[in-house]
Amino acid sequence: MDHFFLYSAVILTIIIAVPLYRVLYGPTLFDRLLATNAIATKTIVLICLIGFLFGRIDMFIDITLAYAVLGFIGSLIIAKFVSIKNVERE
Amino acid sequence: MTEIQHIISILFVVIGIFFMFVGSVGIIRLPDFYSRTHGISKSDTLGIIFVIVGLVIYEGFTQSSLKLLLIVLFIALSNPVGTHALARAALKSGLNPFFSDDEIKEEAKK
Repeated sequence: MDHFFLYSAVILTIIIAVPLYRVLYGPTLFDRLLATNAIATKTIVLICLIGFLFGRIDMFIDITLAYAVLGFIGSLIIAKFVSIKNVERE
Repeated sequence: MTEIQHIISILFVVIGIFFMFVGSVGIIRLPDFYSRTHGISKSDTLGIIFVIVGLVIYEGFTQSSLKLLLIVLFIALSNPVGTHALARAALKSGLNPFFSDDEIKEEAKK
């Protein structure tokens, strides 16, 4: 079962690296923000899998909760900020 | 009993990772910001819910599995809200969709 968690964590890391293309070459600012948000939400699952891999899920689960809340708040604040008109979108 | 638990857990995690892979393909392939929003938000949320429910089934009835279910609830509430706020910000600041109205009418005529 440890091997399964290791392999799924590796595959998940590759999947997380895919939206980095959109972060680098996204045509608009919102594409970059969307890709960043997607990376942040998938990292939550990655931290959970790493916790099961190390056998310390009781410790990693608190890190996961804090990371989820911080990512959500940051995403909302940035969305509120860029909704102001006349902001440069490139 | 433990074997059945492991098999169900593996099944859930594999389905969840497949959904997240579909979301990542969608954010690369789709042509427009709004369609990319459509592609990544729902499939990503469903994938995260599947993977964490699989981990809960593997863990059993403990305090950690209760916290994992709390994370599932939080993700199911927060991820669509964040994406919706981003799409609303894009619409407010004047980002046009890929198809304008004329193109939609021409598509409807065909």
